[in-house]
Amino acid sequence: MSTVLTAPPVETKTNYLNESYGIKSWLLTKDHKRIALLYLAAITFFFAVGGFFAVLIRLELITPAGDLMQPETYNKAFTMHGVMMIFFFLIPAVPAVLGNFLVPMMIGARDLAFPRINLLSWYIYMVGGVFTLYAMVAGGVDTGWTFYTPYSSTYSNTQVMATAIGIFILGFSSILTGLNFIVTIHKMRAPGLTWFRLPLFIWAHYATSVIQILGTPVVAIAIVLVGLERAFRIGIFDPKLGGDPILFQHLFWFYSHPAVYIMILPSMGVISELVTCFSRKKIFGYGFVAMSSVAIAVLGFLVWGHHMFVSGQSVYAGMVFSILSYLVAIPSAIKVFNWTATLYRGSISYQTPLLYALGFIGLFTIGGLTGLFLANLAVDVHLHDTYFVVGHFHYIMVGGAIMGYLGGLHFWWPKITGRLYPEGWARLSALVLFVGFNLTFFPQFILGYLGMPRRYHAYPEEFQVLNVMSSAGASILAVGYIIPMIYLIWSMRYGKPAPANPWGATGLEWQIPSPPPSYNFEKTPVVTEEPYVYSHEEAQVV
Amino acid sequence: MVTHIEPKRVYLAVFAALMVLTVLTVWVSYFDMGDLSIVVALAIAVTKATLVVLFFMHARHSPRLTKFVIAAGFCWLVILIGLTLSDYFTRTWLPLPQGW
Amino acid sequence: MSEHTAVAAVEHPAVLQHQFDDLEQQMDASTLGMWVFLLTEIMFFGGLFAAYTVYRAAYPEGFAAGSLRLDLMLGGLNTVVLIASSLTMALAVRAAQLGKRQDLVAFLSATLGLGLVFLVVKVFEYHHKYVERLIPGPNFFFDGPHAAQAHMMFCFYFAMTGMHALHMVVGVGLLTYFIAKARSGRYTAQYYWPVEVMGLYWHFVDIVWIFLFPLLYLIGHRGVH
Repeated sequence: MSTVLTAPPVETKTNYLNESYGIKSWLLTKDHKRIALLYLAAITFFFAVGGFFAVLIRLELITPAGDLMQPETYNKAFTMHGVMMIFFFLIPAVPAVLGNFLVPMMIGARDLAFPRINLLSWYIYMVGGVFTLYAMVAGGVDTGWTFYTPYSSTYSNTQVMATAIGIFILGFSSILTGLNFIVTIHKMRAPGLTWFRLPLFIWAHYATSVIQILGTPVVAIAIVLVGLERAFRIGIFDPKLGGDPILFQHLFWFYSHPAVYIMILPSMGVISELVTCFSRKKIFGYGFVAMSSVAIAVLGFLVWGHHMFVSGQSVYAGMVFSILSYLVAIPSAIKVFNWTATLYRGSISYQTPLLYALGFIGLFTIGGLTGLFLANLAVDVHLHDTYFVVGHFHYIMVGGAIMGYLGGLHFWWPKITGRLYPEGWARLSALVLFVGFNLTFFPQFILGYLGMPRRYHAYPEEFQVLNVMSSAGASILAVGYIIPMIYLIWSMRYGKPAPANPWGATGLEWQIPSPPPSYNFEKTPVVTEEPYVYSHEEAQVV
Repeated sequence: MVTHIEPKRVYLAVFAALMVLTVLTVWVSYFDMGDLSIVVALAIAVTKATLVVLFFMHARHSPRLTKFVIAAGFCWLVILIGLTLSDYFTRTWLPLPQGW
Repeated sequence: MSEHTAVAAVEHPAVLQHQFDDLEQQMDASTLGMWVFLLTEIMFFGGLFAAYTVYRAAYPEGFAAGSLRLDLMLGGLNTVVLIASSLTMALAVRAAQLGKRQDLVAFLSATLGLGLVFLVVKVFEYHHKYVERLIPGPNFFFDGPHAAQAHMMFCFYFAMTGMHALHMVVGVGLLTYFIAKARSGRYTAQYYWPVEVMGLYWHFVDIVWIFLFPLLYLIGHRGVH
């Protein structure tokens, strides 16, 4: 290399985005950063599809009469909403986009351990998506996202098979992502990066991966059995042939309850990064926050029966599951308290990512506490299958997981694209989201408590006011999603170029240029200190 | 790179043990031991599986992490089957209400 | 570990992938990757075993009656065949570790052969069951008490052995690929671990059968003939 005195202009510097061009260079890429962007495009599409069905649901529920859709159509609408949002958006959202992009960078690696498998998992995701989209256009599916037997295995005349195949295939994508993360985090950390120097984002993703590895195969086999039963009428879940439909619920929730933690844990990891950065403080109780992720992952496998309190499950098993469910509150509360303690007396700057983080902490707390109501055997008999449950899990998944996802997306957007997003618009949309979200889902707690069951397209007149509030909130929520979509896309071209570290954040990913070069690090970094060494003085946020 | 190369006779001995255990499990199945027979059958199967894992799959000389992964697999299998059975084995403790 | 740079990685042997610092790291990652994958396989079969346990506990007579209709000779034969294939697989890994290409190809081929024997025997068994109308579904016919319960037993017989056979087919495919690669001298004493990683998968499939054999073939009390 010749000695050049002036630094080369920024535009000519090669990074992962401009290193090669053309559709092929993207579709055959093995770069974890590009694969993250492939996922970003894909999950945004499925989010829009799921959102479309949400619009249908809220439109139908404006009036008490079932006037917009046939009951069958409504069943399909909420099923497709659930399937799209849970399997195709929430589960991959943070791990497959932010995790894929950041896990290697945060641990000082050039890529994930298995880049080809990483690309393969995106293709598997897309194939699963094609099957499910086919099911959607070929008539839809009406079993609810839970596919409860024997309705799904024996009676439903909708596209259960195509959807089941789609979700079965999709599961492998999730498994392979988790496998990749586990191996990468174990084997590819930079020198000096010991386990207790890892960013909490990594701990959260490690815990998530463990769930993906251990849980997903069980739902896969449950789906296979439903498929076999539908195809050959063998009767494993059919009471007429001696089968037990509740067994399906066991196998299904063995995965699908921990799957809730697949959705929320990565967002919790994001929040830990945001809270420390924007309060310029070290995380309060690092070890507790890290271990609480692992604890949530492990305890999450012991509580699945709380979905089945009124299903015919033994009441004794119900008691055990109820007590175990309360245990999950402990690590969850540890996280919330530690984030709050981190904020306490910090030099807080209310940048957009922190707004999302604060939103997360509040909404997740409400979602978590209402979860305790539902974990209580007797209270659940009253609240089971009402809008209270719907409100509860939307507070966790939308108020929690999506807030974390959007907060993280904003936080790392300069790193991903090399551009800054417009801060004013971003703050506005964060506020709109928060207001819209609460207006949509808080009335549902009241509705559920008053006894409005979920999954009905018509309801008694006295529930109308609260339902109209909910639908009005949903339209505000929609605006809150559309604004970021517009300005983020706009910023990719017109945003101000981002410096390497616009937030003055710690972490290895901020020490390399934005956007990063293809192999992330020219030289493998050596880590010599703990994460989050912030000091109040160096608060130099753009 | 530390590679532990097992002598051939170890593999042959393990194979012989597996064969003996296979014959044993068939042989004991001819005796009616009631509920005990499933215990014996599973005990033999677990022994055989352990031999395969330790010797054929080299778990004996594997890093701690590998052993941890194996233990995790076993634990989660116990969780899955155990908690599922906690439902089935206690369902009959309370008499079913009328109409079932 | 001193200084590892992206440039230095290029100077390593051709088998080293760019994301790894050295071959040892690559080997560790591959091995751990396979073990973690096997963890998912444990849970996949675990779901089946859980369902099996529930029904076997509920319908002990039917499971015993159904089990007596399975061919113990063929099941036993397949057990021996599969354990033998695990032995040859282990010996193949050993040959790879020692860098003995001829032995490696020979042992892998033996494993492949035994795997195929297993599958052929399985086809015969399935065919017998078809002839005897023991395939679950509307055409199922079981002459004897507990017919409905035996039906459930055969559901699990086919689901479990079918899932296992599917894994065998994948294993046979992998073996074919590895034999071709081994012939061309791809694996050396330094780069032997792909064989070991594949071997882990093969042994796992063997272990599944070790459990399936007593749980399916040996339930019924056959008595002394």
